[in-house]
This record gives sequence, C-alpha cells and structure tokens, in this order.
Amino acid sequence: MSESASGPINYLSHDKSIKSWLLTLDHKRIGIMYLIAVSIAFLAGGILALLVRVELMAPGETIMSADAYNQAFTLHAVLMIFTFIIPAVPAVMGNFVLPLQLGAKDVAFPRLNLASFYIYLLGACVALGALVVGRVDGGWTFYTPYSTSVGDGILYITTGVFIMGFSSILTGLNFIVTIHKMRAPGLTWNRLPLFIWSIYATSIVQVLATPVIGITMVLLFLEKFLHIGIFDPALGGDPVLFQHFFWFYSHPAVYIMILPAFGIISDLMGTFSRHQVAGYKFVALSSVAIAFLGFLVWGHHMFVSGQSAISSTIFSLITYLIGIPTAVKVINWVATMYKGSVQLKTPMLYAIAFLFTFSIGGFTGIMLGVLAIDIHLHDTYFVVAHFHYVMMGGNVIAALGGLHYWWPKMTGRMFNEKLGKLAAALVFIGFNLTFFPQFIMGAQGMPRRYYDYLPEFQSYHLWSTYGSWVLGVGLFLILGYLIASLINGKKAGPNPWGALTLEWTHTTTPPHPHNFTETPIVTRGAYDFHLAKDLFAKGGEVSEVPSSAK
Amino acid sequence: MANTHSDHPAHLQHHFVSSEQQFDAAKMGMWLFLVTEILLFSGMFVAYTVYRSWHPEVFVLSSELLNPWLGGLNTIVLLASSFTVALGIHFAQVNNKKGLVINLVLTFLFALTFLVVKYFEYTAKFEHGIFPGAAFDPHGVSHGVDYAMYNVPYARQFFSIYFVMTGIHGVHVLVGMGLFTWITIRAIKGEFSSEYYTPVENCGLYWHLVDIIWIFLFPLLYLI
Repeated sequence: MSESASGPINYLSHDKSIKSWLLTLDHKRIGIMYLIAVSIAFLAGGILALLVRVELMAPGETIMSADAYNQAFTLHAVLMIFTFIIPAVPAVMGNFVLPLQLGAKDVAFPRLNLASFYIYLLGACVALGALVVGRVDGGWTFYTPYSTSVGDGILYITTGVFIMGFSSILTGLNFIVTIHKMRAPGLTWNRLPLFIWSIYATSIVQVLATPVIGITMVLLFLEKFLHIGIFDPALGGDPVLFQHFFWFYSHPAVYIMILPAFGIISDLMGTFSRHQVAGYKFVALSSVAIAFLGFLVWGHHMFVSGQSAISSTIFSLITYLIGIPTAVKVINWVATMYKGSVQLKTPMLYAIAFLFTFSIGGFTGIMLGVLAIDIHLHDTYFVVAHFHYVMMGGNVIAALGGLHYWWPKMTGRMFNEKLGKLAAALVFIGFNLTFFPQFIMGAQGMPRRYYDYLPEFQSYHLWSTYGSWVLGVGLFLILGYLIASLINGKKAGPNPWGALTLEWTHTTTPPHPHNFTETPIVTRGAYDFHLAKDLFAKGGEVSEVPSSAK
Repeated sequence: MANTHSDHPAHLQHHFVSSEQQFDAAKMGMWLFLVTEILLFSGMFVAYTVYRSWHPEVFVLSSELLNPWLGGLNTIVLLASSFTVALGIHFAQVNNKKGLVINLVLTFLFALTFLVVKYFEYTAKFEHGIFPGAAFDPHGVSHGVDYAMYNVPYARQFFSIYFVMTGIHGVHVLVGMGLFTWITIRAIKGEFSSEYYTPVENCGLYWHLVDIIWIFLFPLLYLI
C-alpha cells in the first residue's frame, strides 16, 4: 500500500467517488452511511415530537387538528423506533467499532452488511409510503382491530417494518458470527471490551425476536388485506393473540435499544475513569442475562388486556428480576468511577447523565411492573415518561456519548470541547424538563395519546413543551459543532482519549481501509490500565500508535 | 480491494485469515439464519395451537378436506430431496463433479414436483370456494363430499392457517429452487471441490430446514 503526500491512507481518503461509497463493503463506511440515514430519521422524528409538544401547550386545538395530531404522534413513534433507535447504536457504532475492537479486517459477511443497509433504506421508504396514503393514527403498537379497520397506510407500515426486520436480523447475525470467529489472537472472551459483550447480547435478541414481529406483520397484513380472521374479533379472531405476538418482539426490542447503550457506557466509564471496569465479568454477563430475561416479560404490557391473573403475576415477578442484572451494571459503573480518576470530557458527561436518567427510567419501570400500580398508571403519561427516560435518557444519551467518543476516530477531527459540554448540559436539562412533569401528570391521571386535556394539567404540559425546546436547541447545537468540526476541527491523534481498546491503540486516525496492516496481538484486557504503563509514558494523552499499526 | 497473496486460494475473501475460518463463519451464519426461520414459523405454529385448543372439533372436521395421500406423496418427495442434497454435499467433498451436479438437479426436480402437487391441491380447494380470508365460502359436491357441510364457524381460521403456513413454506421451496439453480450453475463451472463447497453445504442446511418444517406441517394439518 502506498502512502499519499498527506499522510497514511485512510478509509475516507483512499477513494472519494460516490460509487465507492454506495457500493462499499467496508464496515466503517457502511457505519457512516447508517449514521447519516438514522440521523435524518432522528431529525424527522424529532421535528414531529416538537410539533406534538407545541400542540399540547394548551387544551383544545393549538396548531393542528385532532386528526393531524394522531398521525403526528404515530409517525413520531414509528420513525423513532423502527427507523432510528433500533438501528442507531448497533448499525452505526456496532458497524464502525466492532471489527476495530475485535482486531478484525471487517465483519464476517461484508456483502450481507451492505445488503442490510439497503434493506433498511427500502423498508424505511416503504414505511414512509404511509405518509402519502395517510391515516395511520393508532400509535406504533398497531393493536387490532383498530389497526385493521382504518385506512390503507397500515399496509405500508407493516410491510416497511417487515422489511426493516430483515436488516436488523442480518446485522445481528453478522455480528454474532464476527464476534465468535474473527477475534484477534489473544482477545479472549474475558478481555473483550464491554461494548462487544453488549452488542453480542443485542444481536442475540435481534436474531431471536425479530422473526416473530416479521410473521406478526405478515399476519396483520393478511388480516387487513384478505380478512383471514386470526386477529379480528368480528371474524372470530383474537386481538389479545396479536398483543402477545407483538410484545413477544417489542418487549425484547426495548433491550435491542438499551443493551448497546449499556455497552457504550461501560466503555466510557472504563476509559474516562482510567480504571478497570469494576465487576467486569458481572457487567458482561448481566447483558446476556438481560437479553435472556427480556424474552420472558412481554406479558407486563398486557395487565389490563384480559390476560389471566396467574400469567400477570408471573410476568410481574419476572419483570422484577430484570432489575437485578440492571442494578449490577449501575452499581459497578458507580464503583468504577469511585475507584478511578474521573476525567470529565464530553463523552463522560453523557455517561454520568445516563446514570441519572436511566436510573429514573429503570426504577419507574419496576414500579410499572407492579400489578396494582400498573392498573392505575396504565396508558397514562407516567408510561410515556418512563419509556422516554429509558429510550431517550438511556439509549439516546448513551448514543450521543458514543458518538462524541468515536467521532475523532470516524472523522479524524476533534469537536469543540466547550460547546460539547454546553450541549451536554442543555440536553440533560431539557430532557428532564420535558419528561419529569409527565411523571407527575401521569400519576394524576393524564391519559397518554390524548389530543385534549383538563385545564389542571396545563402547567405540566407547558413545562414539558419548554423543556422540549431546550432539548431541541441542545441537539441542534450538537449537529452544528459536529459539522463545523469536519471543516475546521483540530486534527485528532490516534488515541485522543487515552483508551486501551484496539480501535484506539492499534489503528491510525481515521483508520486504514483494512483497519490493521498487521493483525494485532492482544496481551491485556480492555480496561487494564494498570498493565498499560508503556502507553502512558509521556503523560496522560497517548499520541503515538505502536509501530506495528503503521 | 482484493488483497490477494500468492498463497491465497481464489475463494478466500481478504478479511479472513484462512479457509477454515471462512467456512466456520459461513456455516455458523447459516445456522443462525435457520434459527430465525424456526422463529418465523413458530408464530404460525402458536396461532395453530391456540385455535386448535379452542376449537378442536372444527380442526378435526376441516382437516378431512385435506388430501392425506397428496400430502403424504409430498412428504416422500421432500424426504427424497433431502437425501439427494446430502448426497450432493458428499460428492462435493470427494471431488465428484458429475455426482454433485446430478444430485443438485434431482433436488431441484423434487422441489418442482412438490410445488406441482401443491398447485393441484390448492386449485382443488379454490374450486369449492375454500380461500383464505373473506372469500371463504365452501360449496359444491365432489367425490361424494358435500363441501357446504364444512362451512362452520372457525373453519375459516383453520383454512387461513393452512394457507398461510403452507403458502409461506411454499415460498421457501421456491427460494430453494432459486438457490439450487444458482449452485448448479456454479457446480457445472467447477467452482466446488473438497477444498471449497460452503455454498453447497449451506444450501443443503437450508433445504433440510424446509423439509423439517414440512414434516411438522403434514401431520398437524392433514392427519390429526
């Protein structure tokens, strides 16, 4: 391989044609393409969320009709869940980082990887076809018989979700095989970065749960199209069966959303505390435990759906169990910070914000798993607040942390640290301002998804809407300075954070098209800072990549 | 992109260290894919179980309309095709190109036979108004069977499940025929040998799964 005048060749510079991007088999470029696609989805879903919040500032009609409101919150949910949050961390950071952290040249099946990107795009476009046909207004859960009795938009959404499911399955399958078969010599399971462990657990859920939503969408499609009578009670079908099928996927799916976030947080905690992640094996295996238990709790969405009391009790008890591996993680992260020497760089600020927001989301989740309390809180804003504390306070905040953490490796540029910290503060404050009032009004009886409400809830709605603006400003600020960093950002060294995982210690920034010119040999764990004195001889920041990586 | 060294065989992709690693990865990927297939069908098996346990008498009555002889014939056809595809893999492993091609073609023909039989089964149902969904309206008499007798509540669910399960299974057979066409062409070109036969092995694995699903569908729908 030749070296160009501007330094060693990297995956961005070695071929700049559009075709080389669209047909690339390079996991790093596929990761970047996913990053652009899911960011657009996030932007679209976010704008819808802001509109929904503005509408709810006052009772009655504010800016849109009730019909438009129903479609707006449904589309917000469908976009955010199926086109943004499910692929966000696994497909963007998993793709970019996973082979690098494993010391592999690529994922096991690069062509399949590119195919899953285009399958995702196709599915997203088909789902958006519903926009043209209109009238999808029953929320993202598509409960029958309502979903099969309104307009044809549902046909597009179910087909889109079915297609995107394939993308999710193929990505998960690819990662499982890559983790099993492509680890560098010396990279034993006990030395794996915790991000890999959590992507592994996520992939298992993707592979096992997604086919079930696939067949559910096929059956829903046929119900709507041919009236096969499986889910529609008017034809002798059973709507509760639909809910079982739907939640058998969609509950594990929330672990597809949150497990990779756990992985990012573990990596950030280790790196920025400069310390071995406390209870490494427990943190690693708790991901697998959550993935496993996640399959056994779907009935807690159906406490008021006419499921038997004994099933509800069992589902409730298993739901409590999920709290154990989750608490194992949170406690070990706090212990890592306690034992380590914490550096408050921007990614770490997100990790710490995550501890607060995710813990609130987790605890309220256990509250909702309690049968009696759930009867009171079911279908109120309390559920909305809990869900957003886990999804946004969990996944999105962790994803932002991960994006800031890996940004220098992806682009070769540093972002503005001061603006980074400011934006992190705005996101944290805006997020809590948006969603905390929703816990209170939910507990007081404000139902979810309603267009209109009693005047006594208005002050909470008002605070929530103001919060959404702060959150929006924070997120747009991030978009702004990240794009600015591409133009005038400081050039990043190979290892600006002083991390110990292979993507930082053994690759150039940005990485070589084949990642490693020589297969790395791993001699220590992912966070064994006490064994890595050689890397830190010149003080805190590592500027040199070992000669073998050049 | 191709980073070929002189000691690299043509089939070895640049990101793998060795042929063994590539083979193991491909095979593991295929097994994981088969797991997803089982879960895809599991949803339909659950629907079958639920409706059968609620309306066992309707299911027993409705299954009388399915022809166990044709179903049995198709079972034999699929079992034979599983045997020929296994033989094909064996011939690939011992570098017998002729044996490989013959067995792949035989497998393709068995798959085709299966779909032809299925076609006659479906059309015989359609003639008497047995459709999935809203058009379900059994009528007419043939071979001394009065179809109107079978127009009972929940018979629609039985036949919806029958058509969805066998239909999706049939799509898998069709995909299998596409796969066998593709690897037969590659086999004729001489791309497979004892050194490299991963696609043959993986298509064989897929085909066995299609076969096994039918082994469950046949008794559940036709016999009990």
